[in-house]
Amino acid sequence: MQAIPFEQGLMLAAALFALGLIGVLTRRNVVFVLMCLEIMLNACGLAFVVSSARWQHADGQIMFLMILTLAAAEVAVGLGLIIQMFRKFQTVDINVLTQMRG
Amino acid sequence: MMLLFYLAAAIALISTVAVILQSNVVHALLYLILSLLAVAVIFYTFGAPFAAMLEAIVYAGAIMVLFLFVIMMLNLGKKSVEQERSWLTGKIWIGPVIMAAALLVQLLNVVRQQQAEVAVSQVGVREVGMALFGPYVLAVEIASILLLAGLVGAYHLAKK
Repeated sequence: MQAIPFEQGLMLAAALFALGLIGVLTRRNVVFVLMCLEIMLNACGLAFVVSSARWQHADGQIMFLMILTLAAAEVAVGLGLIIQMFRKFQTVDINVLTQMRG
Repeated sequence: MMLLFYLAAAIALISTVAVILQSNVVHALLYLILSLLAVAVIFYTFGAPFAAMLEAIVYAGAIMVLFLFVIMMLNLGKKSVEQERSWLTGKIWIGPVIMAAALLVQLLNVVRQQQAEVAVSQVGVREVGMALFGPYVLAVEIASILLLAGLVGAYHLAKK
C-alpha cells in the first residue's frame, strides 16, 4: 500500500475552495450561493483531515467535527432566511436584497 | 489507495464544477451530494474512517436533505431554470474566475513547498473519541449549544 503525498490532498482542498468561491461570486440564486458556501466549508474540512493524517493526530478530525456542526447550524438558519425571503419577495434573486428597509 | 485517491479527487472536482455550472437547482444538489461522497472516500484514503462516515451521514445525508426539503417548499419549477440561464451569461464568469484562479495559484504555491509523505496508519474512531471527550469536552458542549441556537433560530425564522 502506497502512501498519498500530503501536498496533493491540500491541493485538492485549495481547488475545491476556489471552485466554491467562483460559485459564490457568480451565482444570483440564493440557494446556489448557500450550496457554494457548503463547498467552501467542506474544502476547509478536507484540509483539516489531511493535516490530521499528516501529523498522525486526532486534533484535525476534531476540528472537522466542529466545522460540520457549524455548517449544520449555518444551513438551518440560512435556509430559514431563504424561506422568509421567498415569502416576502416571491423570488430567490439576491439582488432584490439591495433595498432592504426593515 | 493511490488510485482510489486520484479517482475520488477527479470525481469530486468534476461534480463540483457541475454544481456551479448547473441551472437546475435539484440537479446541482445531486451533483453536490456526489461531490461530498467523493470527499468522504478521500477521507477514508487518508486514514480517517470516522470523518468519512460523518461526511456521508451528516453532510450528504442530513444537510443535503434539508436543502432538498427547502427546494421542494420553494417550488421553483421550469421558470427558474430559464431565469437561471439568463443570469449565467458568458461575461459574468470572467472576473470571478480570474480572481479565484489567482488565489488558487497562490495557495498551490504555498502548499507545494510542504512536501511530506502521509503514513498509511489511520487515526481511528478510538483516538478521535478519546480526544473529543477528554481535552475537547468543552468544545463539544459549545457545539451542542451552537446547534441548539441554530435549531431555535431556524424555527423562528421559518415560522409564518
